[in-house]
Amino acid sequence: MLSRAKIRDNLTMMKKLLIFSIVMFVFGYAMVPFYEKFCEVAGINNLLQPDKMVKDMEVDEERLVTVEFDANVRGLPWDFKPLQRSVKFHPGETIEVMYEITNHLDREITGQAIPSYTPRYLDKHLRKFECFCFTRQVLKPKETRVMPVQFVIEPTLPSHLHTLTISYTFFELPVGAKAVSEK
Amino acid sequence: MAAVHGDVHDHGHDDHHPTGISRWLTTTNHKDIGTMYLWFSLAMFFTGGFLAMGIRAELFQPGIQILEPELFNSFTTLHGLIMVFGAIMPAFVGFANWQVPMMIGAPDMAFARMNLWSFWLLPIAATLLVSSFFVPGGAAAGGWTFYPPLSTQGGLGVDMMIFAVHILGASSIMGAINIITTILNMRAPGMKLMDMPLFVWTWLITAYLLVLVMPVLAGTVTMLLTDRHFGTSFFNAAGGGDPVLFQHIFWFFGHPEVYIMILPSFGIVSEVIPTFSRKPLFGYSSMVYATASIAILSCVVWAHHMFTAGMPTVAQLFFMYATMLIAVPTGVKVFNWTATMWQGAMSFETPMLFAIGFIFLFVIGGFSGVICAIVPIDIQVQDTYYVIAHFHYVLVSGSLFALFAGAYYWIPKWTGRMYDEKLGKLHFWLSMIFFNLTFFVQHFLGLAGMPRRIPDYALQFADFNMISSIGAFGFGLSQVLFVYIMIKTIRSGEKAPEKPWDGATTLEWTHLPTPAPYHSFEKPPVFKPTVH
Repeated sequence: MLSRAKIRDNLTMMKKLLIFSIVMFVFGYAMVPFYEKFCEVAGINNLLQPDKMVKDMEVDEERLVTVEFDANVRGLPWDFKPLQRSVKFHPGETIEVMYEITNHLDREITGQAIPSYTPRYLDKHLRKFECFCFTRQVLKPKETRVMPVQFVIEPTLPSHLHTLTISYTFFELPVGAKAVSEK
Repeated sequence: MAAVHGDVHDHGHDDHHPTGISRWLTTTNHKDIGTMYLWFSLAMFFTGGFLAMGIRAELFQPGIQILEPELFNSFTTLHGLIMVFGAIMPAFVGFANWQVPMMIGAPDMAFARMNLWSFWLLPIAATLLVSSFFVPGGAAAGGWTFYPPLSTQGGLGVDMMIFAVHILGASSIMGAINIITTILNMRAPGMKLMDMPLFVWTWLITAYLLVLVMPVLAGTVTMLLTDRHFGTSFFNAAGGGDPVLFQHIFWFFGHPEVYIMILPSFGIVSEVIPTFSRKPLFGYSSMVYATASIAILSCVVWAHHMFTAGMPTVAQLFFMYATMLIAVPTGVKVFNWTATMWQGAMSFETPMLFAIGFIFLFVIGGFSGVICAIVPIDIQVQDTYYVIAHFHYVLVSGSLFALFAGAYYWIPKWTGRMYDEKLGKLHFWLSMIFFNLTFFVQHFLGLAGMPRRIPDYALQFADFNMISSIGAFGFGLSQVLFVYIMIKTIRSGEKAPEKPWDGATTLEWTHLPTPAPYHSFEKPPVFKPTVH
């Protein structure tokens, strides 16, 4: 049989290890805000913040790029479309395009748009000054709204790229949920 | 390590215990629980093996023959989960239960009743996993890593998998707490930490890794569960979550997990090699430090599993170099094993064959691991059969071969009977040949671009896949031979001599009769360390 002192030692050790396990469980959750902060500070995944305007950006008159616009909705009874399919322009020029959303339902719906770019690292050369994706959008029943996106493609864009795609997907925000842009 | 002294026949009295089924349901004896762990993991090994046979049968030829794609995905998912959490991990816990108390001169595990709990949680989790095949929507099919969004979609099968992982995690944490307490508090008087056999050392470090990362996995699956049912958005992009976040948290658990599955096998091999080389282990303390460094490094390399998920170049470089650094302590270990054999009076019984096979094949798996660590190559081989080949070389010919070595090495001590040496060697050679036939060709398939987790493939992959499938069927059948050998040993094996391995120096061989009595070391043994 184990001596009483040994049993007490063992129980103390078990308590310490159990507390350590609980701390690690909490640590798993703590990684969520930690990653958000880390990405914010390091500028990773920073798709939903407006970029600063740059005055006198050099325009590369030598070449033309085509940007195509795409729009999707997921789980939302909305119509969502760009008013122009594509734009052709010189890198360095500031461009504004319009998107239109329509809520077909009889209730107010809140949505958040998430951008996606092709090619994958386009965000390094894309500066967006204004976008409906920077805030959540609340649409009244049957409301239609036209919203702008204002951006510039920097002349640093690699020269082998001619056609780029900017795509948005609208997701419905559950009631009470915080939008990405407000975090 | 420990010098032989004290009367070997000091124990062997007081062998009373309940008999029949109630012995097994209520036992808190570390040897009985160890036995149950081992039988359970063997059953799970064959369950996971059955799924593997299904996968290889489907991949025998191009086209869809026997498994619909959805079911095929469930097969690969459950094969991984069952082998990792049901077969390999519980098997090592089984070894720890049997061996740790005997090797440190303790009468039992520190918390005998908790031990009972951590075992009986396993069959519950296994039932959940296996029965999820028969619920509407079928078993989880998003891969054993259950990445969202696949795992936030999916039906009841995914919920059953999540609960199973919760239960398995709880069982592992309890087991780890038990093992740490046993090792730290219950060693024979005079046995310092640096006197412990390496199997005990590797398990101590493994158990610390378990309490470090299993709770994080529990947190991850809890987040998944609340995302699925309670409206949270940890991983759901629609609600502002991030699926890549899941990969980071999962692999923070997942990479230490692969070392949880390999460190105890380093321990077993470090017992077997000196015994059959009849020399003390070369570089004992460097072995301990190497094990500890591997464990620490394993916590800072997780993102090498997700080089293609998008990450700044600086981060890729950090994780690449940190990963390659692990090859250094691992190389120290391989060097020490080789140096132990150097000029030893070697003999090649089955445990030694499996241990040498382990070193040989584990090194191949280690090298392909270094290759996968290199970012540009990893981007090329990500999610291909090259990765499959890599981790089966470290998990099958690594962990599993070490488990076989341990089983043949200690079965005389456990049962008092010898296994059939001829059949044991046959089992080794069949496993060795069929294993390589199955997995070596998968390197070529992966380099040529065959993706994993797909039930069909392009025609140019047909020949290698057929070879691989034939190897897999052979490997599966060879394991039936293992069960036959073990049952034959237990029922009608020849009586084992008191000390069948003349080179063995640990307490269970020097201070206990064969077979080990039901209650051992109720009086702590006198332990005299020898110089390493």
